[in-house]
Amino acid sequence: MSNASATVANEFIAFRVGTQEFCVDIMSVREIRGWTPATALPHAPPYLRGVINLRGSVLPIVDLAQRLSFPRTGATQRHVIIVVQVENQLIGLLVDAVSEILSQATDAIKPMPEVATDSVKSFVRGMLAIDDRMIGLIRLDAIMPPNIETAA
Amino acid sequence: MATVDGMAAIRETFFQECAEQLTEVEAGLAAMDEGTADAETINAVFRAVHSIKGGAGAFQLDRLVRFAHAFETALDLLRGGKIALSETLLKTMFHSNDALADLVAASRGGGEVDERRMDALYQKGNETARLLRRLGQLGEMTAHCDASALPPIDKLDPGGAYLSWRIELTCDEGPAAIEEVFDFVVDDCELTIVSRQEDAPRSEDEVRVVSPDSPLAEAPRSDVAANSPEPAPNRSAAIDAARPAAEKPAGDHGKSEPASGATIRVDLDRVDRLINLVGELVINQAMLSQKMMEAGVARTSGIDTVLGALEQLTREIQEGVMATRAQPVKPLFQRMARIVRELAEETKKSVRLRTDGETTEVDRTVIERLADPLTHMIRNAVDHGLETREARLAAGKPEQGEVRLSAAHRSGRIVIEVSDDGGGINRAKVRAKAVEKDLIQADAQLSDGDLDNLLFLPGFSTNSTVSSISGRGVGMDVVKRSVQALGGRISIASRPGLGSTFCMSLPLTLAVLDGMVVSVADETFVVPLTAIVETLRPKKSDVHGLGVESRVIADRGGFAPLIDVGRELGCRADPADPLAGVALVVETEISARCALLVDAIHDQRQVVIKSLEANYRNVPGIAAATILGDGRVALILDVDTIVANCSRGAFASAQVLAAAS
Repeated sequence: MSNASATVANEFIAFRVGTQEFCVDIMSVREIRGWTPATALPHAPPYLRGVINLRGSVLPIVDLAQRLSFPRTGATQRHVIIVVQVENQLIGLLVDAVSEILSQATDAIKPMPEVATDSVKSFVRGMLAIDDRMIGLIRLDAIMPPNIETAA
Repeated sequence: MATVDGMAAIRETFFQECAEQLTEVEAGLAAMDEGTADAETINAVFRAVHSIKGGAGAFQLDRLVRFAHAFETALDLLRGGKIALSETLLKTMFHSNDALADLVAASRGGGEVDERRMDALYQKGNETARLLRRLGQLGEMTAHCDASALPPIDKLDPGGAYLSWRIELTCDEGPAAIEEVFDFVVDDCELTIVSRQEDAPRSEDEVRVVSPDSPLAEAPRSDVAANSPEPAPNRSAAIDAARPAAEKPAGDHGKSEPASGATIRVDLDRVDRLINLVGELVINQAMLSQKMMEAGVARTSGIDTVLGALEQLTREIQEGVMATRAQPVKPLFQRMARIVRELAEETKKSVRLRTDGETTEVDRTVIERLADPLTHMIRNAVDHGLETREARLAAGKPEQGEVRLSAAHRSGRIVIEVSDDGGGINRAKVRAKAVEKDLIQADAQLSDGDLDNLLFLPGFSTNSTVSSISGRGVGMDVVKRSVQALGGRISIASRPGLGSTFCMSLPLTLAVLDGMVVSVADETFVVPLTAIVETLRPKKSDVHGLGVESRVIADRGGFAPLIDVGRELGCRADPADPLAGVALVVETEISARCALLVDAIHDQRQVVIKSLEANYRNVPGIAAATILGDGRVALILDVDTIVANCSRGAFASAQVLAAAS
């Protein structure tokens, strides 16, 4: 690793959404599991694919591609759900595939360039540059819809 | 910080224990009231009060300590056979327990204490004169009261201990006899017994602790000396009773064992977690069986036997785990006993509460949420149900009215009945009232049962005078709503002149619910069975469009709004074809009847309720989620909200149509 000499190393789980790579802090990941069909929730935004049964609790699934304004994921059994903890809640992120675990110093996270559009900026905290790859660090607390009354 | 938290936890435990002890006291007193008490009953009551006192002392809850002490003293007199159990005494004891409960609640940080009642109770506690009188019976006695410690009147705590006594007694009994007199106060005062030659130091009698008014008011009376038996001056003693000692050590927590045996305290979260896991186990087991069947390995290989055993085991585990959340209804019933006592006094009626099936167990959430509706019903029974003493005597009934409260398990539900032996429902009055309030037509044909059920309509109250107890017009409809919110049903049976019975049927737990599994636009939903009145298959002639959006369905001579669940929840864009679907007629608090249009009914089963809020949030129109046998999540419809959301348009137009027809 290029940053092996740095004092503080953080681990990230990197995954693929469409053709791009993103990652989340490994400390917030609870488990990784395969896709199972979700039960749609009424009055929910389109990127919220519904809820699934996670060993007895009800887990909402966010289509990360659609959340980042990519086309909707055509989920199959090969797709992956990354279960992450955000504050006291568990949410599932639907992604195409998990690629690897990255070990990087915290100062390796570079701020987002100004050119980025707002929709990506609000969900990506920073960029990790590894060799010739650019990996966006997902801002988990922005993934779920803001908690306002969605009722008509 | 840790020590503060630790202390708070201990304090919390103390209050939990107090609640148990109070229950114990109440049970004991009830046994005495029924005449089934033995020496152990009184001992148990004594120990319970004593434990409260001991714990309260450790937390410096002085008022609680003082009161518990006075109560304890009186109980000790009773225990020692020094006072006889009379009806008045028992009444006082019941009041004492109520007051004690109030004090515990006040100490915990909530609730006001009725001081007036406390005063009356303090007076029944320790009494200096009684002690002196008993001493006087042992021999010739002279008593000196030292009031030098009395503060100025403006600083005087009416319940405080300020007086000390020096008592010289000449008798032929040993010190043991003298100690015996002080048996029940010895824990709380400093008592020194010395021979006459020694100088008796300043002493102070703790008895003043319980005196509500000026401590001087209870100076020894002259009859103390007059009662002295023949003098026998061969022995003498000076008895010195001093200021109450510090509270009994907290270690003396002599906790009386509940009748059910040993118990442990478990954090509710842990139990709930276990219940969750077991629920998951049940689902997994069902999925396993289903998969085995699909794979075609069952039957011959003996796997089906093993699977059957597994199913049996999981079911037993589930029942066992559910049972850990279950609690007997006894504490709830005992709260009702107190309400009956207070109401009886307020209404000047003589009432006896009989309870039955107190050991029936039900989920603690159900118990918690049952308290309010049950209180309402008990109040109604005493206030409205029972006649006045005069009316009862005139009707040839015993003067004392009876309210029965019973609980029993019946076919997987708990049935709670509140009945009275009063005059029954005055149906003519109910009818007149309903007509007056525009709830029914003046010429409406109603059966007795229909008339009785009018009581559950919002805003109905027959008592023309609004009393402070019940009859604010928010009575039975609120009860019905709370019971329905618990997934229960309520019914009335009444016989003129003989009384009324209210019967509630409730689920044993809120963790499961009886539901109808339906499909709407390829999605599976569960509708709570308690909401559904009937199901019907709409005929073409029954369904009428109303405006662009809404439709109504002919229902029992009127029209009920037809709610397209699929559209309402956004499952489909176009209106569903009512003729291809099924209409579920539901009753909600907003509208009497309403029809929910779904595609098909699949099953009727018990489902385990899962929270959506835990990981997501509240979704309008959805009450909760559940997991079906195939492992998928199904949403449980919140019928009330769905109807409320639609009611603005559709319900209003249905009413217009109904009014026009």
